[in-house]
Amino acid sequence: MDKMISMEEVSTLFTDGMTIMAGGFMGVGTPQELVSAMLEANVRDITLIANDTAFIETGVGPLIVNRRVKKVIASHIGTNPETGRQMIAGELEVELVPQGTLAERVRAGGSGLGGVLTPTGVGTVVEEGKEKITVDGREYLLEKPLRAEVALLKAYKADKAGNLIYHRSARNFNPLMALAADTVIVQVEQIVEIGDIDPDEVMTPGILVDKIFVQGGYQS
Amino acid sequence: MISTLINPKQIIAARVAKELRDGDVVNLGIGLPTMVPNFLPEDVNVILQSENGYIGLGPLEGEIDPDLVNAGGQPSSILPGGAFFDSLFSFELIRGGHVDVTVLGGLEVDANGNLANWMVPGKMVPGMGGAMDLVTGAKKVIVAMEHMAKNGSSKILQQCRLPLTGKGVVDMIVTELAVFRVTEAGLVLEELQEGVDLETVKEKTEASFTVNPALA
Repeated sequence: MDKMISMEEVSTLFTDGMTIMAGGFMGVGTPQELVSAMLEANVRDITLIANDTAFIETGVGPLIVNRRVKKVIASHIGTNPETGRQMIAGELEVELVPQGTLAERVRAGGSGLGGVLTPTGVGTVVEEGKEKITVDGREYLLEKPLRAEVALLKAYKADKAGNLIYHRSARNFNPLMALAADTVIVQVEQIVEIGDIDPDEVMTPGILVDKIFVQGGYQS
Repeated sequence: MISTLINPKQIIAARVAKELRDGDVVNLGIGLPTMVPNFLPEDVNVILQSENGYIGLGPLEGEIDPDLVNAGGQPSSILPGGAFFDSLFSFELIRGGHVDVTVLGGLEVDANGNLANWMVPGKMVPGMGGAMDLVTGAKKVIVAMEHMAKNGSSKILQQCRLPLTGKGVVDMIVTELAVFRVTEAGLVLEELQEGVDLETVKEKTEASFTVNPALA
């Protein structure tokens, strides 16, 4: 199965109103060219799941700035002033989730779990509207799974089967999101032939990756 | 070293540094807490954890690697012996009690060990990031902050007014005036910073507290 795709093909994968996950931490580990493709495809009203809304010009920030997002689920929005401005103006719905809880919710969505029980957020506004469950005398919040129609990942290197290797702190949410979306698209810096990555070195197995986009375009 | 402490932040960071033990796994919040390692004695080496996915966080040295930032998004380095992982594992470490100490800033702390440091309704809503997980899971939670807000009001309250980051989570409060321990019975004043007297601390602290007999 040929997983390699061009920028033109990437832009056909989005539709208005869809839920999208994107890897990255303040833009580090976010597939910037895939974000640009989304912008060019003019897709609107998306629900965006990401650790943060990065900056005005980088990471997933431009999606917010260009008003493509209807709702964002994230742990931090402070580095992109436009997110807060749209939220306060009532133009954007924002669900703030503790970072560890966000990771667990994505994991639950990707691994067949009905949710997770976490002590994080007990006694704070985070518990509002959530079921509280006491286990062995300690209170936990039931946090429900998150899934998306499309996950946008960034990896350093892939083979043509989609086996991925991440680089430094650019790994962050990418491996979790690879499990939690119907279609998983990865932007990579480097593509190698099947067999060129030692199976011991694989961080995300290729069976989870549907489409591979090579940064700057790929010549076969 | 004391003679070189010229401002409140340095006084606070230097005192927090005394709480860290050789080999501790430590997570430092952005801002003031990141100054703490500057005051560690040479024989105390701590391992810094960065919520975005590694242990062995080090200062920026040499060339910037765009893929290597700290939890504040600033270019950083990883020290020999460090390791990278994903966000899920990072918070398994944090929530699972594998981080010995977390040092965070605070907007308000109260007599019950509640902490508020993630939002000011109607003014500033940056999000909690990893702070709620850190205060829930770290073995020891130290709040390192200036004693008073910019308007001169006490940040150590009988009861927090801002939305909480964590309920009953704080173990210790270090300010430029004093060190408090949070106990089941409320706040205990453990130390006065150099040159500070008890009356000053009483005057500038809204919360009620008891005084360690050793200080009296």
